[in-house]
Amino acid sequence: MSTLTHAGSNLNAASVTSTPGTARVDLVLVAQMVEYGAKVLDVGCGDGELLRLLSESRGVDGRGIELSREGVNECVAKGLAVIQGDADTDLGDYPDDAFDYVILSQTLQATRHPRIVLEHMLRIGRRAVVSFPNFGHWQVRMQLLFAGHMPRTDILPFSWYDTPNIHHCTIKDFRQLCGTIGVKMEKAVALNAWGSPLRLNAPWWFWNLFGEQAVFLLSRKG
Amino acid sequence: MPEVADSPREADQPHESLIAHFGADRPLKLDAGVELSPFQIAYKTYGALNADRSNAVLICHALTGDQHVASIHPVTRKAGWWETMVGPGRPIDTERYFVICPNVVGACMGTTGPSSTDPKTGKPWGLDFPVITIRDMVRAQAMLLDHLGIESLFAVAGGSMGGMQVLQWAASYPQRVFCALPIACATRHSAQNIAFHEVGRQAIMADPEWRGGRYLLENANPRRGLAVARMGAHITYLSDAALHRKFGRKFQDRENPTFSFDADFEVESYLRHQGIAFVERFDANSYLYLTRAMDYFDLAGDYDGTLAKAFAGTPTRFCVVSFTSDWLFPTSESRAIVHALNAASARVSFAEIVTDKGHDAFLLEEPELFAIVRGFLDGAGKSRGLAAKS
Repeated sequence: MSTLTHAGSNLNAASVTSTPGTARVDLVLVAQMVEYGAKVLDVGCGDGELLRLLSESRGVDGRGIELSREGVNECVAKGLAVIQGDADTDLGDYPDDAFDYVILSQTLQATRHPRIVLEHMLRIGRRAVVSFPNFGHWQVRMQLLFAGHMPRTDILPFSWYDTPNIHHCTIKDFRQLCGTIGVKMEKAVALNAWGSPLRLNAPWWFWNLFGEQAVFLLSRKG
Repeated sequence: MPEVADSPREADQPHESLIAHFGADRPLKLDAGVELSPFQIAYKTYGALNADRSNAVLICHALTGDQHVASIHPVTRKAGWWETMVGPGRPIDTERYFVICPNVVGACMGTTGPSSTDPKTGKPWGLDFPVITIRDMVRAQAMLLDHLGIESLFAVAGGSMGGMQVLQWAASYPQRVFCALPIACATRHSAQNIAFHEVGRQAIMADPEWRGGRYLLENANPRRGLAVARMGAHITYLSDAALHRKFGRKFQDRENPTFSFDADFEVESYLRHQGIAFVERFDANSYLYLTRAMDYFDLAGDYDGTLAKAFAGTPTRFCVVSFTSDWLFPTSESRAIVHALNAASARVSFAEIVTDKGHDAFLLEEPELFAIVRGFLDGAGKSRGLAAKS
């Protein structure tokens, strides 16, 4: 963990809330990890909110893949370059180094093969930005431990039988996966349940317990 | 037989169309290895070209379409074939864009084709007309743009055979196409599609009135053959669900079956009407030539079988659209285009629209299609510096 550089000083609660519009905090955090004018692929781009934000605030050349037809058609009608596709099956079609950044925003836990998806992301892009809900958050742990049922929270609102999220992980799990596949963690931010970033110098166990969601900026090792 | 006399006239001197003449100094070099010269292109324009000539949109028509995309058809007196898409305030807005729609080479509405008069003989070309390809059509359109002084197109749009031309445009002239909208099409004609076309051609050629392709000279017209070809093709443009919704097993103007081969069923009556109406406005030999052009289309084939090479380094933005119930050009074909464009790192949007209207959906009232085309063109227009409509 010593190799990890925490997020830069521009990344604080003030800059998050001062962003124009009403963009979600986690999307703003993702956007701030992307360099101006970069070429970006957003995997699982939903209704295109992040692509719009990236285009307006960072001037990126953005593309998207989205599984749901409704999401895709909404994006295309907004003028975004989005295609209907599946992160699990369609990333293989992209050539190496096609993008500066490949983003997976709140989608990792819904993929069938998160590890393969992550490996593809860092093949296609020089860098990857991954945000996901932290299953190690204390509220999640409490629900399972004391209430004895599968956790349901604001950002994980589904019942066990209809959730699209089939591969939950904790911040700790994700860091281990990055280690396993040899990915360099350049920046990381965790947000608490109120959408504020946790203290940068807090230890990892603290993030894993109090971070409701996390955003990682990754690059290839070496 | 006035319709026989009419068709070469429309082919040589089309009504309500502009004509660009290309003399001996500007021959059309065909893939077949011969030159077509002289030849002419009939076309329509809508809207106005802006000062920096950056707002031109080329519309490519489908197999049986023509240049009358957004105005009354001079033969049928019906509305333009894409008036829901093209016109003032429409997704392809003629108040913003300068729309050009040419009749393709080989067709019969004023651009040189088999029913046109061969100036060397003074008689209709008939089967002496050289076989043409989608690439030949596009090459001719590029010559038209040169003639009009338009260096680069803001957009090229079309469905079905029109979509094939769009893809060919993007491959042949990437620097001249800012954005491309290939709709309900494919980069190659499948075996099934070639098979359907062959049935249509055989229907025409089996009609004794076809006269070995010399029907215009002999004052005949293979009406039955062409009508049957159209009937068969028309089924492929619809879907099982659409036919069921529209007709089911309903009888036509009768309560009970007649126990004959009359058009008892509404769907029979409808198809017969489609066939008869088509013959009034279309030339049988053109049908042979244009279906052949589609059959020969195989974009990857021109690039060592690798489709992505056709789009390598392309600056063009693409918006690929397919329809769920289109079994003639199914979504898998559009997905193949998208995969190739991704492999070429092109900027591509791809939407599949849910509809039961089959292949024909691209010509019909599909609000989602309109929203997608409008949104795509708006976004591209901003990048092109075309002022948004106030």
